[in-house]
Amino acid sequence: MLKVVHYINQFFANIGGEEMAHVPAEVREGIVGPGLAFQQAFGEEAEIVATIICGDSYFNENLEEAKQTIINMVKKYSPDLFIAGPAFNAGRYGVACGTIAMAVRDELNIPVLSGMYRENPGADMFKNSIYVVSTKNSAAGMRDAVKKMAPLALKLAKGEKVGASAEEGYMPNGKRVNFFEKERGSRRAVNMLIKKLNGKEFETEFPMPDFDRVDPNPAVKDITKAKIALVTSGGIVPKGNPDHIESSSASKYGKYDIDGIMDLTEADFATAHGGYDPVYANLDPDRVLPVDVLREFEKEGKIGSIHRYFYTTVGNGTAVKNSKAFAEEFAKELLADGVDAVILTST
Amino acid sequence: MKLELGSIFIKDIQFAAESKVENETLYVNKEEVRQIILEDQNFKSADVELAKPGESIRIMPVKDVIEPRVKVQGPGGIFPGMVNKVETVGSGKTNVLKGAAVVTTGKIVGFQEGIIDMTGPGAEYTPFSQLNNLVLVCEPIDGLKQHEHEKALRFAGYKVAIYLGELARNLTPDVVETFETPSIIEGFKMYPELPRVAYVLMLQSQGLMHDTYVYGVDAKQSLTTMIYPTELMDGAIVSGNCVSACDKNTTYHHLNNPVIHDLFAEHGKTLNFVGVIITNENVYLADKERSSNWSAKLAEFLGVDGVIISQEGFGNPDTDLIMNCKKIEAKGIKTVIITDEYAGRDGSSQSLADADASADAVVTGGNANEVIELPPMDKIVGYADVADIIAGGFDGSLHADGSITAELQVITGATNEMGFNKLSAR
Amino acid sequence: MVKEIERAGIPVVHMCTVVPISLTVGANRIVPTIAIPHPLGNPSLTMEEEKDIRRNLLTKALKALETEITEQTVFEK
Repeated sequence: MLKVVHYINQFFANIGGEEMAHVPAEVREGIVGPGLAFQQAFGEEAEIVATIICGDSYFNENLEEAKQTIINMVKKYSPDLFIAGPAFNAGRYGVACGTIAMAVRDELNIPVLSGMYRENPGADMFKNSIYVVSTKNSAAGMRDAVKKMAPLALKLAKGEKVGASAEEGYMPNGKRVNFFEKERGSRRAVNMLIKKLNGKEFETEFPMPDFDRVDPNPAVKDITKAKIALVTSGGIVPKGNPDHIESSSASKYGKYDIDGIMDLTEADFATAHGGYDPVYANLDPDRVLPVDVLREFEKEGKIGSIHRYFYTTVGNGTAVKNSKAFAEEFAKELLADGVDAVILTST
Repeated sequence: MKLELGSIFIKDIQFAAESKVENETLYVNKEEVRQIILEDQNFKSADVELAKPGESIRIMPVKDVIEPRVKVQGPGGIFPGMVNKVETVGSGKTNVLKGAAVVTTGKIVGFQEGIIDMTGPGAEYTPFSQLNNLVLVCEPIDGLKQHEHEKALRFAGYKVAIYLGELARNLTPDVVETFETPSIIEGFKMYPELPRVAYVLMLQSQGLMHDTYVYGVDAKQSLTTMIYPTELMDGAIVSGNCVSACDKNTTYHHLNNPVIHDLFAEHGKTLNFVGVIITNENVYLADKERSSNWSAKLAEFLGVDGVIISQEGFGNPDTDLIMNCKKIEAKGIKTVIITDEYAGRDGSSQSLADADASADAVVTGGNANEVIELPPMDKIVGYADVADIIAGGFDGSLHADGSITAELQVITGATNEMGFNKLSAR
Repeated sequence: MVKEIERAGIPVVHMCTVVPISLTVGANRIVPTIAIPHPLGNPSLTMEEEKDIRRNLLTKALKALETEITEQTVFEK
């Protein structure tokens, strides 16, 4: 029987949410959490011999150490396959899954597999290096994810030939693979055109290479005269979150006046972000949006001035499309207000 | 313009004393066919062979594939401006020997003709493995120039196809399909609520035997223009092409253009198929700009909501494709493009030579660089020794046992950019 | 967001902890920060020490904004 080691985070191991994201790596014999669904799908063909659990913050902040510890844990079981996740749209979990899966493959030379939502930052980072199955954006999509991941996992473990991404369910990885569609190309083109004409979603068979890079703007000539605006995706808002920015999948952004405010304090500001442990940011919001030090710089003449308003939203699980639309909108205001440069902080 | 297309099904092909069609079998008098070929003084000898589906036969190097058709009613004849007079075709009745084809072979350029395997893994990639083929093996006179050889072989193919097509003149078709394109005004009145769609058909016209002919006119000398879809069914457009085998449009493809057939299938249901814009793929940048400007202008002129654009060939024609797409999208007209890919043997290189963000709806015929293994066949029709130099082949492609290791691009029609096949890539 | 601000013509520096994400997202001027929940602070230090960290990071950010670049650049020092 094929042996599988499974990697999950603190949340899926039922240890806790963001407040427990600092827990270091541990290994448990057998199945934990979502491993059960995988085990059922594998049937008699494969067995999850161990599950490794690691807090998302711990992993990302202690990268080298965490990687080495986990590789050693995996090595002990000499498995035929390593599965990380699925991470759905949890950004740091996705990055952790991709990082550790790639490290395991490179160090131990065993096939690896992960699963994520397409907008998970880990997807873009790792889909070209390892097989990453495309999942839904939340854990509600677990069944669907396992249905796609388990057959591919078995194929990888057995060393069988992997087909095209469209057949196997992994995210396109920059390697084009031929396969036979059900309909001929002209029929597919007609179907695609009908969808496009009717404003329905369609899927191109060859996404154009990503040109969406913006050339860097020229440097600020004299920073001591520059008007600088603060922007954050860390969700810093006036206490009480007056505009009710969602803690995840934000549909809006906030614009708040900091005229005369020298320091962001626990009394007046907090974070609305639901994707990281909020304790530190709530105790001192300057840790995310550094108003205090920037005011010093302003006084000392290191910068011209701080723009009167800061812009904020929650980057947690927010659709790329949304955050793009937010920034398109407020960038116009920044321009109109004569802002010379922006400091954007992210958590 | 309205055409009734009658298909007479052909399930077998045999040599016989008299050429005729009987019980779904095409009987061919070999000697008569040889004489047709040898009418041309440029050939010193000619042979004719049969290749049927499932037989262990490899045909190479293949130049063109042509379907036998005959004009039963209505003006003009098949291949107007080439073999028949320049009469506007596309209306009346046409009969087709469905399931049969004439395949021309010859060492013209050597490296730009293809392979058709009638069985095995290679057969899955070419639609012509499913046909009952009459293969012409024509030996040119010594010292014949390449372009004269190309032209002679091109005409040999048409003439034999017309000879076979004549056999269908008085037969009752097994199936009759009717295709009709109303005038712009009528069409608009008939389907006021349906989106209007045109088809932009790009024709290979880079010269040096990379040519396509429209009513006998070399497409590179023409501005972008319009044509009724049924005109193609009567052979108004033919291939004179020696590009990479996998994505050149043979005359068979032009006669059976799949985009035209699939747009007709939706005509009056989900869309209003207005007509075909034909444009070329020339080698000069100014030509590319002018031709694509013209495609966009005609699409706008027709007031269409969407177009499908099909390509022929690869490399610099990718630029023509992207220009057409970009300029038509810029008019507010939605596009879907059909192309194929040269993503390297491992599939990780850049697939197209050009690209643009507006090309957001792409259908691909697959990666032409993917390497395939073609097992030995019992019989080679043509010349096996060209495997090493054929485009997509490489030194050592041809093994001692007759098997071939080569890129998919050696197979005729494998990654067709009209969307003739089911092959795709992700 | 960072790309849209850049696109609008305003130079922008992205201060974040997970630099590879920033690179993927397409930021041009990047300053790596301390940790995800407290990019510009460190709760294990005193408030004054934390402020020093913040001063240090923001000085880097200003330097990034003053530096001409032609491609994505991570300002480590």
